[in-house]
Amino acid sequence: HIRVTLCRHVHVKMADEAVCVGPAPTSKSYLNMDAIMNAVKQTGAQAVHPGYGFLSENKEFAKRLAAEGVTFIGPDTHAIQAMGDKIESKLIAKAAKVNTIPGFDGVVKDAEEAVKIAGEIGYPVMIKASAGGGGKGMRISWNDEETREGFRFSSQEAASSFGDDRLLIEKFIDNPRHIEIQVLADKHGNALWLNERECSIQRRNQKVVEEAPSTFLDPDTRRAMGEQAVSLAKAVKYSSAGTVEFLVDSQKNFYFLEMNTRLQVEHPITECITGLDLVHQMIRIAKGYKLQQKQSDIPINGWAIESRVYAEDPYKSFGLPSIGRLSQYQEPLNLPNVRVDSGIQEGSDISIYYDPMISKLVTYGKTREEALKKMEEALDNYVIRGVTHNIPLLREIIVHPRFVSGDISTKFLPEVYPDGFKGHMLTAGERRELLATAAALYVAAQLRSQKFLGDLRVSIVPAESRQWELCVELDKGVHMLGVSRAGNNYTVEIDGEKVEVSGEWNLASALLPITINGKHRNLQCLLRTAAGEITLQYLGTSFKLRVLSKLAAYLSKHMPEKIPEDTSSILRSPMPGSVVAVSVKPGDNVAEGQEICVIEAMKMQNSMTAAKTAKVKSVHCKAGDTVGEGDLLVELE
Amino acid sequence: MNARGYSVNHPSVQERIEKKRQAALTGGGQLRIAAQHKRGKLTARERLELLLDPDSFVEYDMFVEHRCSDFGMEADHNKYPGDSVVTGQGRINGRLVYVFSQDFTVFGGSLSGAHAQKICKIMDQAMMVGAPVIGLNDSGGARIQEGVESLAGYADIFLRNVMSSGVVPQISLIMGPCAGGAVYSPALTDFTFMVKDTSYLFITGPDVVKSVTNEDVSQEELGGAKTHTTVSGVAHRAFENDVDALLNLRDFFNFLPLSNKDPAPVTECHDPRDRLVPGLDTVVPFESTKAYDMLDIVHGIVDEREFFEIMPNYAKNIVVGFARMNGRTVGIVGNQPKVASGCLDINSSVKGARFVRFCDAFNIPIITFVDVPGFLPGTAQEYGGIIRHGAKLLYAFAEATVPKITVITRKAYGGAYDVMSSKHLRGDVNYAWPSAEVAVMGAKGAVQIIFRGKENQAEAEAEYVEKFANPFPAAVRGFVDDIIQPSTTRKRICRDLEVLASKKQTNPWKKHANIPL
Repeated sequence: HIRVTLCRHVHVKMADEAVCVGPAPTSKSYLNMDAIMNAVKQTGAQAVHPGYGFLSENKEFAKRLAAEGVTFIGPDTHAIQAMGDKIESKLIAKAAKVNTIPGFDGVVKDAEEAVKIAGEIGYPVMIKASAGGGGKGMRISWNDEETREGFRFSSQEAASSFGDDRLLIEKFIDNPRHIEIQVLADKHGNALWLNERECSIQRRNQKVVEEAPSTFLDPDTRRAMGEQAVSLAKAVKYSSAGTVEFLVDSQKNFYFLEMNTRLQVEHPITECITGLDLVHQMIRIAKGYKLQQKQSDIPINGWAIESRVYAEDPYKSFGLPSIGRLSQYQEPLNLPNVRVDSGIQEGSDISIYYDPMISKLVTYGKTREEALKKMEEALDNYVIRGVTHNIPLLREIIVHPRFVSGDISTKFLPEVYPDGFKGHMLTAGERRELLATAAALYVAAQLRSQKFLGDLRVSIVPAESRQWELCVELDKGVHMLGVSRAGNNYTVEIDGEKVEVSGEWNLASALLPITINGKHRNLQCLLRTAAGEITLQYLGTSFKLRVLSKLAAYLSKHMPEKIPEDTSSILRSPMPGSVVAVSVKPGDNVAEGQEICVIEAMKMQNSMTAAKTAKVKSVHCKAGDTVGEGDLLVELE
Repeated sequence: MNARGYSVNHPSVQERIEKKRQAALTGGGQLRIAAQHKRGKLTARERLELLLDPDSFVEYDMFVEHRCSDFGMEADHNKYPGDSVVTGQGRINGRLVYVFSQDFTVFGGSLSGAHAQKICKIMDQAMMVGAPVIGLNDSGGARIQEGVESLAGYADIFLRNVMSSGVVPQISLIMGPCAGGAVYSPALTDFTFMVKDTSYLFITGPDVVKSVTNEDVSQEELGGAKTHTTVSGVAHRAFENDVDALLNLRDFFNFLPLSNKDPAPVTECHDPRDRLVPGLDTVVPFESTKAYDMLDIVHGIVDEREFFEIMPNYAKNIVVGFARMNGRTVGIVGNQPKVASGCLDINSSVKGARFVRFCDAFNIPIITFVDVPGFLPGTAQEYGGIIRHGAKLLYAFAEATVPKITVITRKAYGGAYDVMSSKHLRGDVNYAWPSAEVAVMGAKGAVQIIFRGKENQAEAEAEYVEKFANPFPAAVRGFVDDIIQPSTTRKRICRDLEVLASKKQTNPWKKHANIPL
């Protein structure tokens, strides 16, 4: 058992009793059944809630618990097995009269067979791990070439993530929405559908923003989906909470995708709109109690949104994992109707061993509009320092006109940001607000740096001024600003327009709540240096500014330009992870776009390619190496 | 008009004054100013304008000219009012400072007798008034035409550097060449900063090096900012360019008291003094062999995470620099477990010692974070004299009479434990975190000695760990004053500093001490 004084993690602190199941690599701890069985015996646990991920859908684990007479808080082994296997689940769904996607239901032997099947179904096709889930081991293919590559990647990922490299291929529904139905079934043949969750906002098949209910479903479609979900649950004698995922096309045709035989990450939004505590229900069901509710008791009260806050750089393919220590961390729990599910705290490390999720940020409102407004506020007040995070992307999604109007699909991100996510695009007015805030902050800091306390032997002669002429740089644009001050209120003149900025100007606080032209705004100051650099988080995105006195700006013109290193001939790791394979050696000629090596991070395999056609000068990594973000992998000539 | 027929207000004198003033303001003339700019450098006056508060500069000796009459130097076109240096006093954030700024546009900033005399004048006054001196160095070297007079000038400055040492803070910012004997003035000052790519410090340039030792070396490699901030330890920090350097210098200046008669400055602080730092409870890893970043602790504890690190790229196994606690300047010293396990070696001892002595000289409280496995063993260290260099750090901590607060975060092993501002060296408040291990050495090594040749070493090791790998042996003896929850460290230190602000302690009278140099 872990001594209480050594409890450093949130989940351990919250527990009455804790057992260490092993070191950080999940294969040695959370996936190590022996260790977990030992913990069960050691504590005399009567039941195990498997959470999500790890062993939550592992039938072997459920069997071992059963053998020891310990209750698995989840469905029966039979249901896990039936639904966990994508091929079998599809056959059962068909039999239960659930709409399914056309495709090949069977194990694909090799890449060539994959190409043949794909040709029969017709492109595009989806190649996915039979045992998989959560987007891992999944590839979309539009031609034979991609099918071969996809087969290789998916089987590798499937093998490393699930220890099972079986794949299946099916018709890929273009432009679909991902809508899932939460079901709850007891051991007495009763089953309910708890309405839907819309999870269409995804990147690389992983969910980013979810909401309940969906803007897209009419009551008839909802009922049809709900009833099919329940009939599937009944067909496999399902008990506990489960989720039936559907793809819904623009005509509101829906197709069964898979059933997750566990609690879903996004379950809080269902709890918000139905008022049911799903984990509580799971425990009741596991104990053998009957469901207390009838279908007619299940309401849709208000609207709930969930943002998955990830330690990821959203500017790289909508999110490449980042690691680090949370030097400052503050959840926006002071706001009403905000729920944050997290397992970390200030000082925690985001490591390469687990999913890079920081938290699930859930907001609730009577209407969707209210929930979205609350989400904006919550994201603006969420302080995360020390790791790169995806709040810029989340904040943009929830205010995007297409999202706000409900016009979304699983293609939302690539469609809205075809050239990749670039952060918030400032309007002229927003730009002025940002410049004015930076200028006011600069002056507030300047004034404070003249405030010396105590008795002074040599008196201070402050450079007292009520007027400042400043030069502020933002994205290569240079602005001359006039600032005047009355107490905590600053009037900033930018290109003939006046902006009024006022606030407390607490220079130590991570949050910077201010009023700009009468509007309340929550900014965050991420950086402020002696040389005038100020980084502000504004509307979710962080903007780098430089504020200089007119004189310093004028003199800066003489400063030499420093030439940044040529990055096209240098391949650096875009994220921390481990090197799975290196495909080149020094002296090799590579073509632009050719694979150089493969980095695995958070169980995702990422192919690193050459930025130009060149000869390989040197290789600085080998398979099995652990690399950090920015580490040199390969140099080209 | 007076009886002799001229007036002090005679227009021609007025005109001459004005003319000289204008000449002084343009230094070596527009062409040379343009050349200076082209090199990416500012002029001596532009630098002062940026360093000092607007309109605060009071110039001295604008009319001083060199006195050399050899080699045609007496010609009018070779006379520049003010000669090759601008001197005076001004304000940085309202506080008094004396400054000199060498003017490369006049004879390449070379040092004449007059140039030296101007610098000495402001240094003398700075001493009497009790205010720091900042030198902006940009000089080709001695004024060769003047010969020994120039050398005398250097010596006059060196003497004043030494006399001012420990009386007023002295800062050198190298903004161009600084070669030959000239380098010893910055070397004698408290802090030497450099500008990247445009400043050089060396005894002799690459040409002489080539002719004497046949080494091929570039200016940058021999004495550039990178060399001196990473390899030689001559310079304390390097900045991107002139503007960046001067703005940072303004920031740095706010940490310093004006003289040894002043307490450490206290500025307005927005960071709550009793702020808890939850992240500190998890910063030290369970495994005592695992590294962590001491800067995480420093940033978490100090006001607004603001830490002006001194020598950040040299002897990185020790971290030193300035920060504030509840607005008051403090000096931070910390072993860095991330680099060479945070051991003490020659370079880190010297780096730490000089910093501690600066703090002690200028009434700046010292906060020491200890995680040290000991002194680095090996022939390289022994032959290099780790014994006498290590003694410097011990000496510096022992003689310091400013408030000394020590936090043992993890290892405090062997002699290094004694050295790192221990209770035995008059530490005022010594804390241990629960993860602290104060012992002669790590468990494995200790057991191998105590139980040499015996069996069941593993058992003995476990016993040793139980007995010594915790803060109790030190705490029961009063060698640490308290074992504290890491998250409360900031709160505790802020409170202690309030109490210790009135600390008075003196060392026995002596002409001067004899630190093992």
